[in-house]
Amino acid sequence: MSETSTKVAPKMPSAEEVALIKKFLNDTTLFLGPDPEIMQNHDLMPRSAEEDAAMKTISDAHTVAKIRDRIQAGCDEGYEMVEQMGAAPGAKWGDIITGVYSASGDLAIASAGGVLIFSALVHHPIKFIIKNWVNEPTVGVRDGDGFIHNDSRYGNVHNTDQSMILPIFHKGKLVCWVASTVHEGENGAIEPGGMPSMAESPSDEGLKMCPFKVVENYQIKRDILTFLQNSVREPKLQYEDMKVKLFACLRIKQRIEETLNSDGPEALVATLRTTMENVRAEVKRRVSEWPDMTVRTYIIQDSTLRENCVVKINCKLTKTGDRLIFDFRGSSPEFTNRATNTILAGLKGMLAQCFLCYVWPDLPRGQAAFAPIEVITDPHSIVNSSYDAPNSQSLMSIFTGFTAGQHAVAKFLYSCPEKYTKVHAPTFNMINTFIWGGVSQHGETLGNLCADLNGMGGGARSDTDGEHALAPIFATMADIGEQELNEEDVPFLQLVSKKMTRDAIAPGKYRGGQGYTMIVATKDSEQWGFMTTTQGAKIPPIQGLFGGYACGCYPLSKVKGVDVYDVLLNEPEKFKHSIEEIMNERPFEGAAYTTHHMGMGFEISKRGELFMISQGAGAGYGDLLERDPAGVIRDIEEGLISPGVAERLYKVKFDPVTLAINQEATDAARDAERKARIARSVPYAEFIKSWNKPTPPSHLQYFGCWGDDITKLYMGSADKFRDANTPRPNYMVHPKDVRIAELEARLAALGAMGSDKQ
Amino acid sequence: MKVLMTEYLRIDLDTENWECRVCDHVIGSATKSYKEGLLVHNRDPREIHPPILDPEKYRFTFSPDPEWVRILEFCCPSCGTQVETEYAIPGHPPLYDMEPDLPALKAQWASRGEQKTPVVGPAVAADKGHGH
Ligand SMILES: [Zn+2]
Repeated sequence: MSETSTKVAPKMPSAEEVALIKKFLNDTTLFLGPDPEIMQNHDLMPRSAEEDAAMKTISDAHTVAKIRDRIQAGCDEGYEMVEQMGAAPGAKWGDIITGVYSASGDLAIASAGGVLIFSALVHHPIKFIIKNWVNEPTVGVRDGDGFIHNDSRYGNVHNTDQSMILPIFHKGKLVCWVASTVHEGENGAIEPGGMPSMAESPSDEGLKMCPFKVVENYQIKRDILTFLQNSVREPKLQYEDMKVKLFACLRIKQRIEETLNSDGPEALVATLRTTMENVRAEVKRRVSEWPDMTVRTYIIQDSTLRENCVVKINCKLTKTGDRLIFDFRGSSPEFTNRATNTILAGLKGMLAQCFLCYVWPDLPRGQAAFAPIEVITDPHSIVNSSYDAPNSQSLMSIFTGFTAGQHAVAKFLYSCPEKYTKVHAPTFNMINTFIWGGVSQHGETLGNLCADLNGMGGGARSDTDGEHALAPIFATMADIGEQELNEEDVPFLQLVSKKMTRDAIAPGKYRGGQGYTMIVATKDSEQWGFMTTTQGAKIPPIQGLFGGYACGCYPLSKVKGVDVYDVLLNEPEKFKHSIEEIMNERPFEGAAYTTHHMGMGFEISKRGELFMISQGAGAGYGDLLERDPAGVIRDIEEGLISPGVAERLYKVKFDPVTLAINQEATDAARDAERKARIARSVPYAEFIKSWNKPTPPSHLQYFGCWGDDITKLYMGSADKFRDANTPRPNYMVHPKDVRIAELEARLAALGAMGSDKQ
Repeated sequence: MKVLMTEYLRIDLDTENWECRVCDHVIGSATKSYKEGLLVHNRDPREIHPPILDPEKYRFTFSPDPEWVRILEFCCPSCGTQVETEYAIPGHPPLYDMEPDLPALKAQWASRGEQKTPVVGPAVAADKGHGH
């Protein structure tokens, strides 16, 4: 090679050649996997020529409002149909969305209730259909077609959610889409219920439906239906809910056709587009009212649901002008063989829910509300997992990512004069409930969960305590079904339910809303078991706000070797109504009492054995020494906090019998505590000299960045890490192998492994 | 002009300082983290979240594990008000949690006029339409 060789400009292919290359590549694609171009984008599609023309014809705000209300009512009608007729328990508490999508696939108008995480991520499968099936001669998109989907790598939250998607034509031309999505639960994965914690690869996660045609001429194709039924544990539910979703879509279609006939297609198209563009513009205007600032926070996951370890969700939120940027770089690398990863769209959907439910609840529901907000992550991160990583327990990262966002947003909102809600400390974020399954007292095979996951404690607000057992963070308008009705179908009782767990507190000037105790025991089945899938038994999964505290931790307790139904029959005085009394007093002789983290894989239970958990508290707000003493006494009276803990923490002095407050003594105690704080605390510069460490502690398995350096992601120890931009496998050892290795080491130390051949 | 940034902190846009809203103490430059002007205490989380189950008997007690997480309590050096808490992994550097853009903040508030009390925001009104 000569250094003097002249550079020759590379020959640029002609437009004709480019088209030919593109056709060649398209024709020879061997597999249409999830399309990154679709999956990484949550913004609105560009305004099409048809939309532009329609908006020029129809610009009257009253016409647009009238049609929007009509379509909104149609979406809510479809939602009601799914909620009332759907067989899945998820349908019953509103784990649903129904909506109308633009011809380009954007979710323009959605049902108002239920689970709004869907609003930002159910559009991806439609875009896949538009891109791949419309012009595909072996598939095509025609009037009367319906498409099904559940694989979260192509859209939606997780593989429990199934969509039915219908194109809507007017005079032979596609004008929009309608779709209905439900958390169906069961999907044929390695554990019942559709969200297996034990999944170590996507192949353990059951049905993986990329968007495909399952309806022609408005009829479900029986051969494909049978295949789907044959792939899951609840074949009847699979059929029933496909029909329900189809008919909900047809009802919305009917409402759209009424509009098409009365106002014409331009009015519909203009309404959908105008609604989205207006919401998007309004969000940018609202963001511009916030202070320009960067806020940093992190939330810790303390388990993978298989083992305890420290998994960081790192969040930097920057607002500049009318731009709002969530930067989740530095969060843990994805786990190659653990199910707590989420695809990026799941994180975005939950952040959208933060705005739609907690910040701007007045905005029309749809994709546009989150469209202008930006999200940055590392590749192959726990919040942006790859095609090859399992994600069936993505809720763990979706919820903790949400809390990071909610915590950061509160710090922007305080100074902003324009508010649509009160400043809010983080809500409790884990689905502390029992997932159950087996054969019921009626011989039915069942697999689902207690709706108590809806009882998460609310965070305190800037002038009010948090509400107890308020709502799930993913659906502020959800319900808890009646346990007594449920007990007619399932072979177990909730022996203690809806009783607040005393001293499981989140203190502050305004305290967080608390969670309640659940004690369950199987009664009428020999084939019945439970599972729990939450984090937060060692490290709280939330942060407090402005000097308030987070919640504490929530473990699982078990009592085995007892039939509590015999106890209730023969010695009822021995039964106690709190985890505290049962575990500390151990009233049942000969029983085994144990505690565990909350990642219990599916476990068969025996009659009368106790499984005991508690829902969690939302975070506290402000300095607890400013709490109104009357509020502290009320908490004692309501059994939320014990008198000793109340006095020690809140420095309230009161008569132990009458609970009458001694205001003077309280003031003195609080003054003394403020002085004591100053005395025991050290200046920041001095503190960090001894506190700050250059790497994660050696006694913890740590995942994610350490401090501000987001370029280096630790993968379990100080000497194992990856470059943030260079994905590497991140395998966890099976917990049983870890235990076997520990025990073998002990045997070896005792010289007892000597004759063992290797 | 002063901007109320949190329950306990404000920024004086003229002096560019963080101030304590309880005692008016000047905490430090608003070009740096307010935490640098506060006192810190490394709190054992079991003191705030007391064990509900007997720690002598059980591995998990409802208390956070003090070897896994600590609570950094930041207070005003003048009045002792607890301004912020941070649940931190042992040894993890405290976060620079609020880094405002001062020129932008000044420009934004120039057209607003000072607010002495924070805007609380709308309350959720109880619906009377449902009963049993
Ligand atoms: Zn002060």
